[in-house]
Amino acid sequence: MQNQAMTAAGPVSFYDLDEHAHPEGHSTMLGFWIYLMSDCLIFAILFACYAVLGGNLAAGPGPKDLFDLPLVAVNTAMLLFSSITYGFAMLAMQRGAKSAVLGWLAVTGLFGAVFLGIELYEFHHLIHIGATPQRSAFLSAFFTLVGTHGLHVTFGTIWLVTLMVQVSRHGLIAANQRRLMCLSLFWHFLDVIWIGVFTFVYLMGMLR
Amino acid sequence: MNADHSPVHGHADHHHADHGGSGHGTMRDYVIGFLLSVVLTAIPFWLVMARPFPAGVTAALIVAFAIVQMVVHMVYFLHMNGKSEGGWTMTALVFTLILVVIMLTGSLWVMYHLNANMMPMPHDMSQMP
Repeated sequence: MQNQAMTAAGPVSFYDLDEHAHPEGHSTMLGFWIYLMSDCLIFAILFACYAVLGGNLAAGPGPKDLFDLPLVAVNTAMLLFSSITYGFAMLAMQRGAKSAVLGWLAVTGLFGAVFLGIELYEFHHLIHIGATPQRSAFLSAFFTLVGTHGLHVTFGTIWLVTLMVQVSRHGLIAANQRRLMCLSLFWHFLDVIWIGVFTFVYLMGMLR
Repeated sequence: MNADHSPVHGHADHHHADHGGSGHGTMRDYVIGFLLSVVLTAIPFWLVMARPFPAGVTAALIVAFAIVQMVVHMVYFLHMNGKSEGGWTMTALVFTLILVVIMLTGSLWVMYHLNANMMPMPHDMSQMP
């Protein structure tokens, strides 16, 4: 059936049934942004959980007993450095400099790996001294929130290595550029979440 | 703005243009963003480690620094502006922020009152009126 009505001027279309041109990837960036926004909601819920449960220590250790601010500062620096090195990778991509892109991606991945190493060391230390997620609601919320962020960084790092292989094999083709831009959004987004983590979890925890 | 783009961009070019004039960002953008972030990270850490102010003031200050730094990241690293993707990224962001604010304030508000109305427990007496 055609959605048309006859008028004096001829057929009038009320809506458009024709296929439009959908060039590959034309909506990827917007779609990926909307994915990031949904991810943002996940983190907002975890932050809310932490805010509600963070004071329930069950007579166990609190933030002041557990957190090591200099270590968190180093971790924050790692993530910040990785953000700017990823920026340099994107600038190299704009110039079409493939080897520079690969180099900066490698540096970014290295910073990401150091971040994860420090976080795993921290978690291992906490669990070793008995501050496990089962200990109190505060620690459950802490491990869930910080662990989810760490998991994102882990997957980001895997994605980064994958893209390094893709770029080295196929070069800076349009598809790879699109993927690099998506990972750029993802990586910088994780840094934004980390601002919330170090402020509300670590710094505020030391103030309580 | 696309003058420096190599031909390999092909059809993807208009996405880059979608960022509305700033492209992917320039070296200047990244360096400014990085330097601002370093300052905005170092000050709150210093405030908490050296503790020049009382706890309440420090808490308010570090939250303010966090919000400013998030905006800095959004502008200089994520290249957010009102024009990218025809304004839809900004629309999605604003909608998300509204949900986040409702969720956070709602949760805290409800749970605070729930805690305040709980049967008094020995270790919880300090919260009672």
